[in-house]
Amino acid sequence: MPESAAPAFVSTTNACHLCMPLGACLAFKGVEGGVPFLHGSQGCATYMRRYLISHYREPVDIASSSLGERQAVFGGGPNLRQGLWNVITAMRPRFIGVATTCLTETIGEEPGPLVEAFLAELAGKNPGVTLPRVVTVRTPSFGGTHTEGFRRAVRALLKALARPGPAGSHLNLLPGMASPADLRHLKDVVRAFGLEAAVIPDPSDPLDGPAWDTYTPVPPGGTPLEALQAAGRARATVAFGCAAGDASGPGALLRDRFGVELLPLPLPVGIRASDRFFATLEELSGRPTPRRIRAQRGRLVDAYVDAHKYLAGVRAAVVADEDLAAGLSGFLAETGIQVAYVATGDRSGILEGAVEAATAGLLRDPPAVRQGVDYHTVAEETRDLGLGLVVGTSKAYPLARDRGIPLVRVGFPIHDRFGAARQRLLGYSGAQDLFDRVVNALLAQRQEASDVGYGYL
Amino acid sequence: MTALPFEARRDQVHRKGDGAFRLACDRESLAGAVSQRACVFCGARVVLYPVADALHLVHGPVGCAAYTWDIRGALSSGPQLHRLSFSTDLREREVIFGGEEKLYRALTELIDRHRPAGAFVYSTCVVGLIGDDLGGVCKRVAAEQGIPVIPVRSEGFQGTKRAGYAAACEALFRLVGTGPTDGISPVSVNILGDFNLAGELWIVRSYLERMGVEVVANLTGDGRVAHIARCHGAALNLVQCSGATLALARRMEEAYGVPFRRVSYFGVDDMAEALYAVGEHFADRDPGLPGRARELVRGELSALEPRLRSIRADLEGRRVAIYVGGAFKAFSLVKAFRLLGMRTVIVGSQTGTAEDYRELHEITDPGTVIVDDTNPLELSALLLEQGTDLLVGGVKERPIAYKLGIGFCDHNHERKLPLAGFEGMLRFAEEVHRTVTSPVWRFAPRRTGTREVCHA
Repeated sequence: MPESAAPAFVSTTNACHLCMPLGACLAFKGVEGGVPFLHGSQGCATYMRRYLISHYREPVDIASSSLGERQAVFGGGPNLRQGLWNVITAMRPRFIGVATTCLTETIGEEPGPLVEAFLAELAGKNPGVTLPRVVTVRTPSFGGTHTEGFRRAVRALLKALARPGPAGSHLNLLPGMASPADLRHLKDVVRAFGLEAAVIPDPSDPLDGPAWDTYTPVPPGGTPLEALQAAGRARATVAFGCAAGDASGPGALLRDRFGVELLPLPLPVGIRASDRFFATLEELSGRPTPRRIRAQRGRLVDAYVDAHKYLAGVRAAVVADEDLAAGLSGFLAETGIQVAYVATGDRSGILEGAVEAATAGLLRDPPAVRQGVDYHTVAEETRDLGLGLVVGTSKAYPLARDRGIPLVRVGFPIHDRFGAARQRLLGYSGAQDLFDRVVNALLAQRQEASDVGYGYL
Repeated sequence: MTALPFEARRDQVHRKGDGAFRLACDRESLAGAVSQRACVFCGARVVLYPVADALHLVHGPVGCAAYTWDIRGALSSGPQLHRLSFSTDLREREVIFGGEEKLYRALTELIDRHRPAGAFVYSTCVVGLIGDDLGGVCKRVAAEQGIPVIPVRSEGFQGTKRAGYAAACEALFRLVGTGPTDGISPVSVNILGDFNLAGELWIVRSYLERMGVEVVANLTGDGRVAHIARCHGAALNLVQCSGATLALARRMEEAYGVPFRRVSYFGVDDMAEALYAVGEHFADRDPGLPGRARELVRGELSALEPRLRSIRADLEGRRVAIYVGGAFKAFSLVKAFRLLGMRTVIVGSQTGTAEDYRELHEITDPGTVIVDDTNPLELSALLLEQGTDLLVGGVKERPIAYKLGIGFCDHNHERKLPLAGFEGMLRFAEEVHRTVTSPVWRFAPRRTGTREVCHA
């Protein structure tokens, strides 16, 4: 039987999740001219930078109000002002995203009014100078996971910036935490249908850019502020993920405030989820899926067939953020892999339904679905499942190593392989990349385990 | 000098030769400047992390533990418990009603599960604010479980990384003196301030043991609770990474009369100096020791020198920037680069003291920029101005160098190559050579004078 109840936990060993401000920083990196800013202790910004740098292999500048003991007692307002001023003058951003941390949330400091007052003061003193837009979001680490922080930041962006107006023909696309390469693919795909869509947020260029001739703390690229403003006038919002239709999500905000139709979709990983995405684009554009993309689908089906016997009966565990966990479960189930166990550090309670929908009709036995768990629990609960494969972040490596089975690294973070920013998962072509990696991981395992050393597999 | 981005930091950057030397340091990071520093928790965590048979429980929301999971390449010859990430993962409920009960249950559960030799319990920002009685809970669990359970006062906001070093020393000092000291040789040392990154401590330890010196405890690389508990029985403390462990050495001298010597194991000169110092220190107890130290150094150097010479030929005259956590490493690196014929044109640290910077000023050449607590914008401006070929730093500095077409060498937690000792010097030289002489730089915009297009 599927299980979804989170275990009564006392402590966490090797967490599957990170803290909310990290997700907010990632979202803010996806706004054009944007600098993420953490209102809290200096360490938070530095730890998150290090974590993100190890994944993207790019500079990720996150500013901090660097609160010390005095500010924790007397309030962090002056440091917040000084920090914003230093960011404004030294980095010249168009946008600053301020996220709170445990420290500022625990002392009960709300940054919104502090920021507003400071900007008004600056505008009074410097008439004619264009100040950056500043958006604040409340993201205490103890209040949720990094995925929740990401969602809250996207919602805060739209809440602060989207404006009403006569409906246009453009779309909003809310992809969630996708890789730069997948974000680029999504933009290509939308264009191929003759549609215009703002990807919100879009850190593809800021987090996967070229070499520089001079240091660029605010790299080019990202969702333009104008596109965020225009989000309130879009024809529809296409949003990916288990919680895409959630009433507290960013898509619902645009629907409820501005009447923008919300089209929630599962993350398009695998054939069936991608079919739904492309069918939606067909409807929105009134055009059939372009030949190039239909050909990708054809080749993907062909590949599934060619490899199906390598995969049949292999039992897999999936460990990832909830949107991706659901997507991966559907994809793996399509290929004939027996998804036996699906785990996430997220705890919104919707993964079980999402996995059930994604794998409907494909699996003999439904997998155990676990939410709000840590890697210790995952290791304990999968011990007797006869796993042959793990698909998840690089933090699942100790598990895979312990079992002597391959780990196919997907999602975030990937700290022990190269090219995380260029990883493809979404759409038919993303599924093709992922599929080849899965098959080859299993073939390599089989080849290395064989005494013969077969040259043809 | 190039215009630097932050006026408020002008007194934290000095170019040797521009007037009398004065460098402001040991102050809070400038808000908004994107300091490369972390926090008090980080300082305490890095020092205690390598104690491999202890449970390291981070009392706070999940982030602090998650970001430090298996973060250091601090190797253990036995238990691997230090590589796991334990958190009380505080939620809203505990932030409102207090986390002591959860901490008690977490400690009990984890000690029952892992049977560690001891436990360190780190406090984080939230815990400092909600006022949990960490000491009380630790005391209770220690009594129930019969192992040392030591609170570490490491609330992130209560100072800089240096305050975290002090908190770690305080925690270690509580452990010191609790074990038996029988059977310890009169010619014996503790190794303080080496964290056994990539197995470096083992190199140093093997030199000492070859000379006939007993190593009682490593603090904290490949560290063990029981060794630390009896380390007050050693005859001498060798202190590397003075920022992190000097306070402990001083307290051990006061409380137990164990003298200390400051040493470094990076670079040929400093490694040799360290062994000579040990030889001299024990000359009255073991008259043959100074001779054995010289012999060991001679043997190691004769194997090393021809290989270093050929590397040096390619590196001669290249320009180096050093930006590290603690200044002790910078001293050694300046000397090591001199041995390779390279010029240090920028040198800085996150947590150096006035004394550290005075010493750096003394040993560097005119024109060298000395910098405290820098940030990406400032460091990158200096790197370009000084025409740098190589940056030595950690993970956060790496992309700054690479983006600008500058070679990079990791001399921080994540390094996989042991760089200490004589063999470490050779490895270091080889790594510097690999990056500085790579053909990839010829395509970098800085060299070609082009600007890359960012997006299609």
